[in-house]
Amino acid sequence: MGILVAVLSGFLVALAAPWLTRWFGDRVGWVIALLPLSITIYLLTFIPDLADGGSVRYSIEWIPALNINLSFHVDGLGLVFALLISGIGTLIMLYGGGYLQGHHQLGRFYLYILMFMASMLGVVLADNIITFFVFFELTSLTSYLLIGFDHNASKSRYSARQALLVTGIGGQFLLVGLILLAIAGGGWEFSVLVDQADVIQDHALYVPIMFLILGGAFTKSAQVPFHFWLPGAMAAPTPVSAYLHSATMVKAGVYLMARINPTIGGTDLWQFVLVTFGAATMLLGAYLAVQRTDLKQLLAYTTVSSLGTLTLLIGIGTDVALKAAMVFLVVHSLYKGALFMVAGTIDHETGTRDIRVLGGLRKLMPITSIGAAVAALSMAGIPPLFGFIGKELVYEAVLDLDTFAIIIAVVAVVSNILMVVVAGITGIQPFIGEEKETPKHAHEAPASLYIGPLVLGTLSLVVGAIPALIDTSIMEPAVSAVAGQPVEVTLYIWHGVNAMLIMSIITVAVGVVVFMGRQQLRSVTNQTNLLAALGPEAIYAHLLAGLDWLSRTQTKIIQNGYLRFYFLTIIVVLVVSAIYPLMAYGNIQLAGDLSDVRIYEWVVVAIVLMSAIMAVRAQSRLAAVAALGIVGYGVATIYILYGAPDLAMTQILVETLTVILFVLVLYRLPQFATLSERGSRIRDAIIAGTGGLLMTLLVLVVSNERFYDSISQFHAEESYPSAFGRNVVNVILVDFRAIDTFGEIIVLAVAGIGVYALLRLRLWEDRSEEK
Amino acid sequence: METLMAILIGGLFASGIYLMLRRSIVKLAIGLVLLSQSANLTIFTVAGLTRGNPPLVPEGESMPLVPYADPLPQALVLTAIVIGFGVLAFTLVLVKRVYQTVGTDDMDEMRSTDGFKD
Amino acid sequence: MKSLILQTATRSLVAVMLLFSIFLLLRGHDEPGGGFIGGLVGAAAFALYAIAFDVQSARRMLGIRPQMMIAIGLAMAGGAGIISLLASEPYFAHLWYHTDIPGFGEIHLGTFLLFDIGVFLVVIGVTLLVILTLSEE
Repeated sequence: MGILVAVLSGFLVALAAPWLTRWFGDRVGWVIALLPLSITIYLLTFIPDLADGGSVRYSIEWIPALNINLSFHVDGLGLVFALLISGIGTLIMLYGGGYLQGHHQLGRFYLYILMFMASMLGVVLADNIITFFVFFELTSLTSYLLIGFDHNASKSRYSARQALLVTGIGGQFLLVGLILLAIAGGGWEFSVLVDQADVIQDHALYVPIMFLILGGAFTKSAQVPFHFWLPGAMAAPTPVSAYLHSATMVKAGVYLMARINPTIGGTDLWQFVLVTFGAATMLLGAYLAVQRTDLKQLLAYTTVSSLGTLTLLIGIGTDVALKAAMVFLVVHSLYKGALFMVAGTIDHETGTRDIRVLGGLRKLMPITSIGAAVAALSMAGIPPLFGFIGKELVYEAVLDLDTFAIIIAVVAVVSNILMVVVAGITGIQPFIGEEKETPKHAHEAPASLYIGPLVLGTLSLVVGAIPALIDTSIMEPAVSAVAGQPVEVTLYIWHGVNAMLIMSIITVAVGVVVFMGRQQLRSVTNQTNLLAALGPEAIYAHLLAGLDWLSRTQTKIIQNGYLRFYFLTIIVVLVVSAIYPLMAYGNIQLAGDLSDVRIYEWVVVAIVLMSAIMAVRAQSRLAAVAALGIVGYGVATIYILYGAPDLAMTQILVETLTVILFVLVLYRLPQFATLSERGSRIRDAIIAGTGGLLMTLLVLVVSNERFYDSISQFHAEESYPSAFGRNVVNVILVDFRAIDTFGEIIVLAVAGIGVYALLRLRLWEDRSEEK
Repeated sequence: METLMAILIGGLFASGIYLMLRRSIVKLAIGLVLLSQSANLTIFTVAGLTRGNPPLVPEGESMPLVPYADPLPQALVLTAIVIGFGVLAFTLVLVKRVYQTVGTDDMDEMRSTDGFKD
Repeated sequence: MKSLILQTATRSLVAVMLLFSIFLLLRGHDEPGGGFIGGLVGAAAFALYAIAFDVQSARRMLGIRPQMMIAIGLAMAGGAGIISLLASEPYFAHLWYHTDIPGFGEIHLGTFLLFDIGVFLVVIGVTLLVILTLSEE
């Protein structure tokens, strides 16, 4: 129960966020941060259980007929992610309040980001794969809203759409993959599927399942060649970038790979794909990062690189690699969240994020600079920060590889050297050297802006210096969950002198040298920018433009503005598609059954038909309306004849009101005029006649064939005993089919409001005044 | 009986469609009414017709006396009639507004209002 | 359209029609009638009044804006289902209260009535909203 509350409370508080913002004003961040804080504390209570090897499950039925249940499962892996989400979430809620202070849509920001947080918790705690998928897609949707938060800027809208399309299309692959997985493994819960690993990996569908699921994971976690949406997502406000695009959402794909690893991972194919794409992403991300001059862009590309590292490590799949993956995940979330917040603070205080004009801020912003420095050192992998342990483990895992160990090791070292450079550029450079002229004169940021980096920096420092705080209690259950078997995790800051340490020293040393020559590096790497025209982002843009063109063209053809053309199309399609089944299966008795018609029925039908023809041929509007009235009353008579008094009454009343309505409107409208040519009138008459003939045939066929027994019997039998009503029609309306009726009165209400809006809201007049 | 109704439905449908194919927008609205009458009668007829005997449970009985008219299509058509009225009201007001704004009732002259100029 | 005869007739006719509309609404469960039909009769009564006198007096007699009637009607109809939910029944599985009044017979009261009154109000509201707004043009 508690888990359900923890996940869903975010959605509830999200709905209240606009009002909370109104009530608490500038302090709203401190209030809203209480929610993720309490979720964090609640999650911490799971640690003892999980450390003993247990796990907690909670499930309620949702759509049991489809095996879809709201089931949650807290194990080591889920807990690490959930703690990062709620813990960093707490800091982000605070930070967002300070960063967007006074923003007129702060309430909307909290609405979206709380919904995002709740969806993300759902992703990492869900056990049922469909529930998981729903939350997974919700993170895409909320992220779309957050990236497009500044919806007046076309850049934001473009980036938001790009992120939605890329992750959304990946999501469709994922859904298919998950369903196939459930079919192959015979279960709909991750915790059940884990035990079916052998069955699934030998299944004929294993390869498609793997690629489909990875399609979802790679797009979400911005692996090459889908990496381009992530830097675009930096159009979001910085708190969003810090939260979604570094610490949490982009990790949803990594989470998925980790979660599914014991089920479908471990095969040669899996290892090959993940290692290849992971290594490529790791290197490309780092390489693209050093070219940038915008703080957020720099950080965005290093995030891409880190996501590649995580994919690589999960792909390697050894115990050491999985240990490295989990440690690096935490390391990265801590320093990247902090650095993004620092970047936002710098932007907030100086008015620019361009590293070329930033410098000397340490005197003006001493507290922020401490947080930034600690985060940067962790990113660079300097002991005793947690980043050092992470990097050592990454190297150890890479060296463990059977094949290509050397190539991957070189990739890892080069990427990490570039990371050291970026760490220096983003975390150190703005604070050292001469003070520079910036658009705004910088001051120390308010507490809400520096608490986040400070807390995250402290954590990096503490768990780096004393890793025993978390290794067996938190990291061990997580690594065991990813491995699918118990793995012992003990972390040390000092390993003695070995290959990893030497690689680390080389990394830092070369990194520092390259950092000194960063300007030359930037101008050299910029030469390769021309290649971008061939890159995936260009392909995406072309595809989108093609789609635009296609829809414009087909709209021009199909929606050409002639209503008659639409009718024509509908009638022709109807006739053509009905004729074949009518001929093939129809049992038409055209000449039959007029013998049972009584004389008064002939009379009524004749009157109705003649009035209809009168309505068609009428030269004046009033004559047409009068003819229409006769049609209506005639039809009402038919209802009386065939035992439908309710219908007859309704029809008569509506007919009366219709005439009033026509009279109220008609005298404002022009006289009838014959607008069309004789030729087109004949053509239309033929079309209409064919349509009418078809309807006659259809009714004849359908009323002669009984495919199923009518369900009316049930209604007639149960009407009095169960619903205490003697008028079966009314009982159906208000009881048996009440939801239908409810829908229908809503339609009615909408039509009424539509009429009112058309008559009273004179928007076009306002617009003409503006001109 | 069904045969006669089928002829009536066909006739109403044809008249409705013919009017809706006219260029005058008022005729469109009148055609719409005929078309919905035809649709209502279709639902009513294809379930099978029974003379007299509305689906009412007499005093002292637990269900209507056989034969009784099918209540289900009646319930469907009842709401359809009322909704048809709502839709007609909306159409008429829309027609009126369009005429006031565009200044013509010839639908061929209303084509460029959706922004797609050829 | 000011006609003394129409106005005099309308005064008494409207009252009868309104009574009849409520009668139709209440008997609808057992005899032909119900929320839709009752609502249409009620709307016709006010429309007649608006034609015989003027829209303003019809609005005064109504005493409530048609939009409000729509809102109340939708809330009542939807609320009838929520009452069932609160009683752990499926949405719109109506609840019943049975009682026996001596000399009158058995009475079945249920949330269906709330629903049908909701329908009644929506139908009156929409019809009047359209007709009165159009008449004021």
